[in-house]
Amino acid sequence: MGWTGVRVVLLAAFVVLAVGLGLWRRQADGRVRPVEGQVLNAADLGFALGRLATLVQFSTATCTPCRQARRVLARVAERTPGVALVEVDAEERLDLARELRVHRTPTVLVLDSLGTVVSRFSGVPSEDQVEVALRSGTGRIVGGAGG
Amino acid sequence: MSTGPSPGDGSIRPAGIDPRGPRFAAALTGLVLAVTVLTGSAWLLAFQVAVFAVGSLAGVSASPYAFLYRRLVRPRLSPPAELEDPRPPRFAQTVGLAVTGVGLVAAVAGVPLAVEVSAGLAFIAAFLNAAFGLCLGCELYLLLARMRAGRASPA
Repeated sequence: MGWTGVRVVLLAAFVVLAVGLGLWRRQADGRVRPVEGQVLNAADLGFALGRLATLVQFSTATCTPCRQARRVLARVAERTPGVALVEVDAEERLDLARELRVHRTPTVLVLDSLGTVVSRFSGVPSEDQVEVALRSGTGRIVGGAGG
Repeated sequence: MSTGPSPGDGSIRPAGIDPRGPRFAAALTGLVLAVTVLTGSAWLLAFQVAVFAVGSLAGVSASPYAFLYRRLVRPRLSPPAELEDPRPPRFAQTVGLAVTGVGLVAAVAGVPLAVEVSAGLAFIAAFLNAAFGLCLGCELYLLLARMRAGRASPA
């Protein structure tokens, strides 16, 4: 196989790799992962926790998907009483980002009323995915036990 | 239902750009890089290195691909629904410059397949941006932040 053949194979490999990475990322976006809860409090966030739940979005200043994710979260938070939305500049709070293993932006953590992290997702979610994350499969807003 | 403070980086934001421009440029870039892999041409690679350099150093709007977008594509489209921050696309140009720049130097030094491999890696990033709208800086965020923090003096 001459050089041309090698190059064709290489390009094919790169295309397959690129498509694979893209599809993998796309299916991972917005997918909710339950986590063993670290606890964040108002002092960590600089903002009060929501009565029922808090959505904490880690963003960076130059991150277009972060703007989109924030809009989706804001729409859900606006129509869901007791849910607060906090946006954290990951570069300003590198300590938090490291502790919570935030590798990409946007990453959203879902906290219950006590500030325990119950699930998280990355990338731009759909409103449905946010609703699912808030309810953690129990049908009631996370942290809504007893109310 | 309540919202917290937005991230304030304290700097003046540059004027927003039509987000379709960088996507078009990424598609063109991907095409050029694919041809570079197929031909193994160091000259074509050098051309793309130069394009990356312009976009990285002078901003994406100065890039020849952006010029093509403005002249050939945008007149046929309705105005953009919203504008986007030009800094992430500019960052992507810098990454492309680094990857293909190293490849070009290696190729000149005689490293076999340097052209194809560096063009291929840059192709992946361009393809992901064009086809999936992937934001390279967002994916690499923590890695970059750590590198930057490593260079700064300890707080």
